[in-house]
Amino acid sequence: MDKRKVIQSLAFGLFRMAALVNALALAILIYFLVKNGISAISWEFLTQPPRNMMTEGGIMPCIVGTFLLSFGSMLVALPLGVASAIYLNEYAKPGLAVRIIRIGINNLAGVPSIVFGLFGLAFFAISLHFKVSLLTGMFTLGFLTLPVVISSTEEALRSVPNTYREASLGLGATKWQTIYKVVLPAALPGILTGAILSLSRAAGETAAIMYSAAVFFTPKMISSIFDPVMALPYHIYVLATAGTEIDKTRPLQYGTALVLIALIFSMNFIAIYLRARMQKKR
Amino acid sequence: MGSEKRVKISVQNLNFYYGDFHALHDISMDMYENHVTALIGPSGCGKSTFLRCINRMNDLILGTRVEGKLLLDGKDLYDPKVDVVEVRRKVGMVFQKPNPFPKSIFENVAYGLRVNGVKDKKFIAHRVEESLKMAAIWDEVKDRLHSSALGLSGGQQQRLCIARALAMEPEVLLMDEPASALDPIATQKIEDLIFELKKRFTIVIVTHNMQQAARVSDYTAFFYMGRLVEVDTTDVIFTRPKEKQTEDYITGRFG
Repeated sequence: MDKRKVIQSLAFGLFRMAALVNALALAILIYFLVKNGISAISWEFLTQPPRNMMTEGGIMPCIVGTFLLSFGSMLVALPLGVASAIYLNEYAKPGLAVRIIRIGINNLAGVPSIVFGLFGLAFFAISLHFKVSLLTGMFTLGFLTLPVVISSTEEALRSVPNTYREASLGLGATKWQTIYKVVLPAALPGILTGAILSLSRAAGETAAIMYSAAVFFTPKMISSIFDPVMALPYHIYVLATAGTEIDKTRPLQYGTALVLIALIFSMNFIAIYLRARMQKKR
Repeated sequence: MGSEKRVKISVQNLNFYYGDFHALHDISMDMYENHVTALIGPSGCGKSTFLRCINRMNDLILGTRVEGKLLLDGKDLYDPKVDVVEVRRKVGMVFQKPNPFPKSIFENVAYGLRVNGVKDKKFIAHRVEESLKMAAIWDEVKDRLHSSALGLSGGQQQRLCIARALAMEPEVLLMDEPASALDPIATQKIEDLIFELKKRFTIVIVTHNMQQAARVSDYTAFFYMGRLVEVDTTDVIFTRPKEKQTEDYITGRFG
């Protein structure tokens, strides 16, 4: 056989393997979590707070807490991020100011999440007197996911053909009308996808909330944004590191992890579904 | 040619720069109301740039600069007091590639009215129908006004874009190679349309297609290397041009 063809099939085989490793890693992870965690899942587990030093009961406050934290963070990140992206992509004239802003955003994306956590504690919790609370967590996670929201929004705006902008301006629309009525609707599926992906990123974040929003255990249900919350990822961490009765907490750990993964997956699926639907509607 | 001609657009010593690049050199010419003026010339000669000066579309490109005067009914479009949005409302444009919005057929045509503050639904519906009829596409789309414009064929999309521009009742219609992305039948339709439209509008059309310029236009301007070489009635340009360059281009000896 032709030597070039052999090399080609070898190379393609290698690439196929590399791609398969991804799927395999995910499959193993899910198998492992389901196998060990499914026994812990019950109605009680999903609807009750933990009892007896976390060895019994459920994780309801953590589910609620993670939900509030991740959606709350989007309340901060989405308006700020979309507005910044519109400025950078549609209005800003290239120059020193824009360069500095971009360097800032890129570096923000590289800051380790534990540093965000400490910043949240120092700035929002202490300096602004938000205390260790849902509000502090919302802002901390909001700033953590901001670079993702900005870059996915910019990506979405860039993918809107310039001919749309020209057509709209050519009909006597103002720049703002053009952005609001043509560019943003066309970019919406992309913006939404980015938003939901950062939502699930925020849902899984641990280090950023351990000093700023999450607590080990809180007996009462959250009643205001100045209350601290329990959260799924932090709960896993707590169960894994602070428990004394490991045999009793281990299934709960797996169960919690399974719930977190299920939550994140379903968010991602919603993102995919929404995008597909919006693209079809055009 | 009409008996009484009125100058609609008067260009006086227009220079245009992309940064340091001097793209248009000292252009002066008149364009007449209810006539079609064709701009011809080889790629990169500045004819599209010139066209886009007439509705200030080049303002969108960073680092561009205009000198000289471009008068619409005697008023300079580049006067600092002039509102560019108002200019583009009066001077409509049809682009090279059909570019309908990802909206319904109806909403595409209604867009210009809506962004200019028209709220009256009856008026909008009436104007949309009228514009689609003028653009000779009404019969093809009247039963699916509320389906997506992106489902139309290329030729239909381009006529929709013409209807969209007409809905604003512009005084001038700029067309940047409106048929270059279309097949011969769709091109024929656009050309027939231009013939009808000039009764109501002043039309400036850029074209690469010499036959098209000869068929649709009353006046032809030949551009070369950013300069206006010659402008005259289409008849004169195509039969007895004064400049050798024009003759060479028209007869296909270069370009």
